[in-house]
Amino acid sequence: MTAASITVSETPLVLYVLRRADDALVLGHRLSEWCGHAPMMEEDMAMANMGLDLLGQARELYGYAAKVEGKDNDEDTLAYLRDVRQYRNLLLLEQPNGDFARTMVRQFFYAAFSDLYWRAMMASRDATLAAIAAKSEKESAYHLRHSSEWMVRLGDGTEESHRRAQLAVDDLWAFTGEMFAVDDSERGLIDAGIAIDPESLRTQWLATVARVIDEATLKLPANDWMQKGGRIGHHTEHLGHLLSELQSMQRTFPGATW
Amino acid sequence: MATPNSPLWEVFIRSRNGLAHKHVGSLHAADATLALQAARDIYTRRGEGLSIWVVPSSAITASDPSEKGMMFEPAESKIYRHPTFYDVPEEVGHM
Repeated sequence: MTAASITVSETPLVLYVLRRADDALVLGHRLSEWCGHAPMMEEDMAMANMGLDLLGQARELYGYAAKVEGKDNDEDTLAYLRDVRQYRNLLLLEQPNGDFARTMVRQFFYAAFSDLYWRAMMASRDATLAAIAAKSEKESAYHLRHSSEWMVRLGDGTEESHRRAQLAVDDLWAFTGEMFAVDDSERGLIDAGIAIDPESLRTQWLATVARVIDEATLKLPANDWMQKGGRIGHHTEHLGHLLSELQSMQRTFPGATW
Repeated sequence: MATPNSPLWEVFIRSRNGLAHKHVGSLHAADATLALQAARDIYTRRGEGLSIWVVPSSAITASDPSEKGMMFEPAESKIYRHPTFYDVPEEVGHM
């Protein structure tokens, strides 16, 4: 017996909230994959902590999406019973952990964005989103600090750590453009003051990224071709595998609790 | 799992209403900044503290356990040093 996927009525606000919820859940799940496998016990705890921050954000966002949708869905069905093509997260966040450097580069690119994003969203006209932003902003600020420190130590560390960090920067760079993309469904929310225009964060994001990359003696890639598709459910091959693990329990034993 | 590049640090936390930093444990980290972050992640996950100190374990000079007779036993017979022969007025507060 397996549980079938749900359908979601993706009004602009539902879709907007789902996209951010999926971001948090997918990255949080990636971090949880390190649990028990990190290079050192201290970092095992640090990544689990960040993962739990993101899981907390995901829960609040899913709960709100379900409330706005006003159907039978709840945070659990939204997380566990949507298929890969229904997921709306950024491609960057579903990329495999790879080595520790790759995980930290991915975290750094996203935290440099989410720190700015949530801070700006505290001014949202949507009171719930503003409240979620106020909580998430402090968490993201720490994720940025933690990943920035590691960027510098990996980049400016040994020859091997430098090589791995630069490789991750080069490989993941093409996934960063999607953070700043806006489609028609989001444009209306931006005009209404519910969402913020991510384009307004780009200059500051790039300044932060460039400063840390420079301190880390790494190089920003020159290419500006950007991959996208996650926001409309066109994912890389990695997300399906992630979801098969994340959802296996609820798919196999629908409604199971303990 | 310690590596040669990650020395040991001692962690001290001042709790929400504590008056002094207390030793809570130790951890491995490459440098002071990362040690502080690791201390935050390991020792303040349940809201235990509002301030953290990290100190390189190598900076601590410890007494030798084999000398504890010489170091500590002489104090044991000097009961008159304990302030138990008078009452502390309540207004004095915490001492």
